[in-house]
Amino acid sequence: MRNGVIMHWLAATLKSSIGRKSVMAGSGLLLAIFLFAHLAGNAMAFFGRATFDAYAARLHATGPLIPVFETALALVVLIHIYFGLGLFFENLAARPSRYEVVANSGGQTFASMTMPYTGLLILVFIFHHLAGFYLADSSTVSDLVRQNLSRPVTAAYYIFSLLALTLHTSHGFWSMTQTLGLSHPKYDLLIERLALAASIVIGTVFILIPVLVLFRPGFLS
Amino acid sequence: MKINLTLKIRRQSSPDEKGQFRTYPSGPISTDISFLEMLDILNERLTREGEEPVAFDHDCREGICGTCGAVVNGIPHGPAKKTTLCQLHMRHFREGDTLVIEPFRARAFKLEKDLVVDRSAFDRIIREGGYVSVNTGSAPEANTIPVPQNIAEQAMNGAECIGCGACVAACPNASAMLFVGAKISQLALLPQGGPERSRRALAMVRKMDELGFGNCGNERECEAACPKGISIRNIARMNREFLRAAICSDEE
Repeated sequence: MRNGVIMHWLAATLKSSIGRKSVMAGSGLLLAIFLFAHLAGNAMAFFGRATFDAYAARLHATGPLIPVFETALALVVLIHIYFGLGLFFENLAARPSRYEVVANSGGQTFASMTMPYTGLLILVFIFHHLAGFYLADSSTVSDLVRQNLSRPVTAAYYIFSLLALTLHTSHGFWSMTQTLGLSHPKYDLLIERLALAASIVIGTVFILIPVLVLFRPGFLS
Repeated sequence: MKINLTLKIRRQSSPDEKGQFRTYPSGPISTDISFLEMLDILNERLTREGEEPVAFDHDCREGICGTCGAVVNGIPHGPAKKTTLCQLHMRHFREGDTLVIEPFRARAFKLEKDLVVDRSAFDRIIREGGYVSVNTGSAPEANTIPVPQNIAEQAMNGAECIGCGACVAACPNASAMLFVGAKISQLALLPQGGPERSRRALAMVRKMDELGFGNCGNERECEAACPKGISIRNIARMNREFLRAAICSDEE
């Protein structure tokens, strides 16, 4: 055991298929937790302009915690992408010749087969989303949201991307539990339903914001 | 009843040659015969006509040996659930159907000829730990080692695997995780397999990775295509076994 390489086993595990899949699941779990925190913040908008702006001000008052958190989050995103791409290309290489007839044996869903692509859509959206807030003139968060989302094209792009996120998480949340080995005859159905419900909640609440800005003129003003 | 089908079969005379699809009319085929018998009839005709018969793997023709298997219209072992190709009967098809018959495709399953692929990669995984390495002697008295019924049933779900390779063929990523999950599970669940479970999980998964199989994306195609109905719970159990062995055991 004392072979000089202290974490030899860790390197071997992180190179293995199940090890890398677990990193995907683990980073996915952290991103899911972030999504729910983000969701809770967004939900403040439903209580009106004052509550939403006060929430944003409280968040910004945490000072140095923000860059620390942002860096950690960016790192988790990068890990998720790095391992995801590695697995994606390895999976392509594992079947060099395509089938003449491509059929579904009954397991695959639209969400599961589009995971790498919805992931890419979400990545592009993250850049657009961050640019929309970081590069904007400083004003209150309510004004920023209204400014960004009152353009129908931008709002439509938000809704499209959030649908991609819903699709991605609708497979991802359950997939994460299966990869980490959370499977039990008594709980399997419950886990599956909860994972699906979580992705629907994420999709619905996030999409409500651009929809309200577009269709309820008084929202956040 | 007799039906007439169009058979579009992928032919390739050797591993290094380029393969191509050839189309054959089936002639009148009884709906009572099996898929492999239908191929036998085609081969007899091809032989009479001086053409090389279609090579395909088969042995018991009872659905228990795991030797047969081809992809029919995109589905390993054809359209019937929980059925091997040899047990698939022609009554599942309609007059005038076109059947596209191709071999299992995966980098780890090298194509030998026509529909025959080399699945010895599975044997190499088993060799790494798909066994209990003590002499078990003759059959012990029943109930000498108590195993609860529900555990025995779960172990049996893994043990039903016949190693046909349909899971790899069906997987969008050509992953062997249902096979390896079943083989790890059947031993991990039973007392006899306990002492070696950590070494087994690490060694079998590492061999699987080395052989060039893809990575499971939890798409459940394997479970849907498996002629023995093996559950993806076995994959979750393998993940647990592997992670436990990697993180908590002193095996390297």
